Amino acid sequence: MKNLLFTVALFLWSGLVLQAQPIAVGSKAPAFSLKNIDGSTVSLADYAGEKGLFVIFSCNPCPYVKAYEDRMIGLHQEYAPLGYPVVLINPNDPGQQPDDSFEKMKQRAAEKNYPFPYLQDIEQTVYPAYGATRTPEVFLLKNDGDGNFTVAYTGTIDDNYQDEAAVEEKFAANAVQALMAGKQPDPATTRAIGCGIKVKK
Amino acid sequence: MNPIHRFMLFFSLLLFPISLFAEKGSGEENVKVVDFAGLEPYLKKSNDTIYVVNFWATWCAPCIKEIPYFEQLGAAYQKDKVKVLMVSLDMANQLQSRLIPFMEKEKMRNEVILLDDPRSNRWIPLVDENWSGVIPATLVYGKGFREFYQKEFTFEELDEIISSLLSN
Repeated sequence: MKNLLFTVALFLWSGLVLQAQPIAVGSKAPAFSLKNIDGSTVSLADYAGEKGLFVIFSCNPCPYVKAYEDRMIGLHQEYAPLGYPVVLINPNDPGQQPDDSFEKMKQRAAEKNYPFPYLQDIEQTVYPAYGATRTPEVFLLKNDGDGNFTVAYTGTIDDNYQDEAAVEEKFAANAVQALMAGKQPDPATTRAIGCGIKVKK
Repeated sequence: MNPIHRFMLFFSLLLFPISLFAEKGSGEENVKVVDFAGLEPYLKKSNDTIYVVNFWATWCAPCIKEIPYFEQLGAAYQKDKVKVLMVSLDMANQLQSRLIPFMEKEKMRNEVILLDDPRSNRWIPLVDENWSGVIPATLVYGKGFREFYQKEFTFEELDEIISSLLSN
């Protein structure tokens, strides 16, 4: 009996701790409209003329972001001319992580000469809609026309954050190549260690 | 050399390796660096011990916050068949410069292993199918129980799980 009660208690408890998962591949991409570091507002609808885009949840201080920052810039430089630009969204609450303040975002973008928008999800409504849990986390969206985007790939940029030279699978680049070839990305979802998103308390 | 000197020399030679060993008592030699193949056996031991395996890193603020609770847990159940293992995801090239100084500062007594395996897309699902890759994350297993938690713990929450498992 005690065993049973214990099992039931644990089951109930684990049920309460629902795990956030990225939005399923094939879902309609949630719209966003957020403030960019240059003061303008950038929306998903602004990308209606593109074939798709990479939405990457990112931030300033995370060591995994730093390890991947140059590769994010590389993705944009390679695929923006082909119709798939990159947009960065910072989902962290600056109250929890002062290094992610709007000012610090501007500084970081200037230091690294970001070629893409760097948006702040200050209300923390966009990252939960995408089911993002960490930085960096990539969502490749495909433009289906009429203002509709679908999620084509979720996960990480490649299979080696430490050493770009040792990368065997460029997941994000392969995913966009698949879209350009009219195919479904495979794998369509990957996972990586990242920094948990700092939620407002 | 008189017999007393000879004895002292002999004695100091005898003590030399012991003192060397004692010097290293505080952590350094205890950090094993492994790839996932090296870590895997720690995630599936089948004996009568309860294993608490925490994935953390020195750069992860919520992980650092719960480190004292895992220390408290390790101390509270020192005499029981409970083993707390702290798997660090720090960069291997920062073992000496960052991880070990951190462990010394925090006076960590739990065993620390450094998982140096960048191909996380391969091994994350092998730890737990539902793990998104976020840390902190904690695996508790043993005595027929296995649960993976992607959350921050308090000492009370950890204590409740372990005490229930021990009394079960």
